[in-house]
Amino acid sequence: MRINALIQRICLQMIRDKRTLALLFVAPLLILSLMYVMFNGSGDAVKPKLGAVNVPAPVSQALAHADIEVIPYHDMDKETIVSDKLDGALISKDGHWSLLLENVDPTAAKAMQMKVGQIMAGLLLQNGQQGSMDLSQASSLPVEYVYGNADSTFFDVLSPILIGFFVFFFVFLISGIGLLRERTTGTLERLMSTPIRRGEVITGYLTGYGLFAVIQTVIVVLFAVNVLDISLVGSIWNVLVINLLLALVALSLGILLSTFASSEFQMVQFIPVVVVPQVFFSGIFALDGMAEWLQTIARIMPLYYAADALKGVMYKGYGFGDIIGDLLVLVLFVFVFIGLNVIALKKYRKPSASK
Amino acid sequence: MDHTVRVEQVGKRYGNKIVLEKVDLTIERGQIYGFIGPSGAGKTTLVKMLVGMETADEGTVTVLGKKMPNLRMLQEIGYMAQSDALYTELTGEENLRFFASLFKLNKEEQKQRIAYAAELVNLTPDLAKKAGAYSGGMKRRLSLAIALIQNPQILILDEPTVGIDPELRLSIWNELFRLKNEEGKTIIVTTHVMDEADRCDYLAMVREGRVLANGTPRQLTEQYGVNTLEEVFLRAGGKSK
Repeated sequence: MRINALIQRICLQMIRDKRTLALLFVAPLLILSLMYVMFNGSGDAVKPKLGAVNVPAPVSQALAHADIEVIPYHDMDKETIVSDKLDGALISKDGHWSLLLENVDPTAAKAMQMKVGQIMAGLLLQNGQQGSMDLSQASSLPVEYVYGNADSTFFDVLSPILIGFFVFFFVFLISGIGLLRERTTGTLERLMSTPIRRGEVITGYLTGYGLFAVIQTVIVVLFAVNVLDISLVGSIWNVLVINLLLALVALSLGILLSTFASSEFQMVQFIPVVVVPQVFFSGIFALDGMAEWLQTIARIMPLYYAADALKGVMYKGYGFGDIIGDLLVLVLFVFVFIGLNVIALKKYRKPSASK
Repeated sequence: MDHTVRVEQVGKRYGNKIVLEKVDLTIERGQIYGFIGPSGAGKTTLVKMLVGMETADEGTVTVLGKKMPNLRMLQEIGYMAQSDALYTELTGEENLRFFASLFKLNKEEQKQRIAYAAELVNLTPDLAKKAGAYSGGMKRRLSLAIALIQNPQILILDEPTVGIDPELRLSIWNELFRLKNEEGKTIIVTTHVMDEADRCDYLAMVREGRVLANGTPRQLTEQYGVNTLEEVFLRAGGKSK
């Protein structure tokens, strides 16, 4: 009953605080969309132009689908590329494929090369088994994908990590500051002078803020998958499970760290110390190349495990069995933080002398 | 059981600073017991020990025969802290209801107690307003109403009338008298307002962590050979130097 009262109160407070709600629900979508737009590069404004010589229809369709403007030519040389302001040309001649690139902007050229390569290989993968004679000649492009497909972009690899990060960050911030405010206004102390148990306080907080964390997680994941069309190979349920666990970690960690802050300002100071380093170790940068001791540090970061699991499910199509290890570690984090929280609350009320 | 609260040889220190030293007190049922003393004397620490929010380094604190801290005793203790601890986003009524639901009260009792407590502190017309929009005095009154919500046997009020106008202060004191006389409640208040100290049945003068003197207001004035409590306060304070 007391837990219910606490949960109801937290919900009521949150609903009254429209701006915090907006931060929790809208801000992640905003940033995610922004990153999506940025990483998906050119966009419509600078659709790259590709001349196509003797290119079969499925290929040019696939290229067009990947936001490349395909212009058919009968013949192609360097002068044509320059005069027609093409970014490159794909030429099929006597069963050999070649790509001619303008290369004014090496990065763009590289991107074009990769994109075309990806598409060719993608088509090959799709059609290879059907024995499509038409495209079998494309096998001369030595590109094959273990994960992802012709449409894979950096964002596809990055986005699982980003989703996890946003869930972690916003839940951490809001739950931490939420409880901190209770500490500074004295309501927590007041609460502890009622017969509520410390465990009940923690449970109430975890559930109350947890509800909002769940809503946020669902919104972010659905938005990422359905609106931004981020690749999701595995099951969306697994993605939700990972993110919910991560939200719980963030929640319990936020509440715990608020013990060590005496103002909102000090709570924000935990962001560069606790949150930002986790991003570095979450797999945005390849960990394999790092020094051994750095890799060891990564192992104590909750986001490392969540990102690993998210990448596994969303990009590599892992099933539940493949991520169970990561999930267990996250559960362990939650239990450790909750345990520490219960201990930390002793500051407000000493344990009963007589049982 | 005639004594409600018993404090025996209690000592408390924060680091090197001695906050309380060898405090002995006995508070009887149905008394209004006042702790008077300047700020920083250790009144609040003492009061927090009665609620179980602090533990004594030495000695024992017993409330209603149970050694504190004790979770179950909190049902019987109504506590009003020095600072108003209210949820400012919630209305007065929601604040009351939230705290009411932390105690063992059924729905009907809950409703009655909320109505009673709000009426007592004259907040009934303002219950639908957010606590954040309350004036200082209103917040104080709401805090008092919350302390009364579970109908506790013991009321512990840490400077209850700070920021409350004289008229309301009088009505609060009248209600405290009524609670004492008709319901036999034990009321512990801290104050540094001397005319309030005068209204207590029994006083303990706290200074620098020690109880310098205790007794009825009359006993204290006689003991020091002065006319007013104010003088007692100054004398007692002077003596400790």
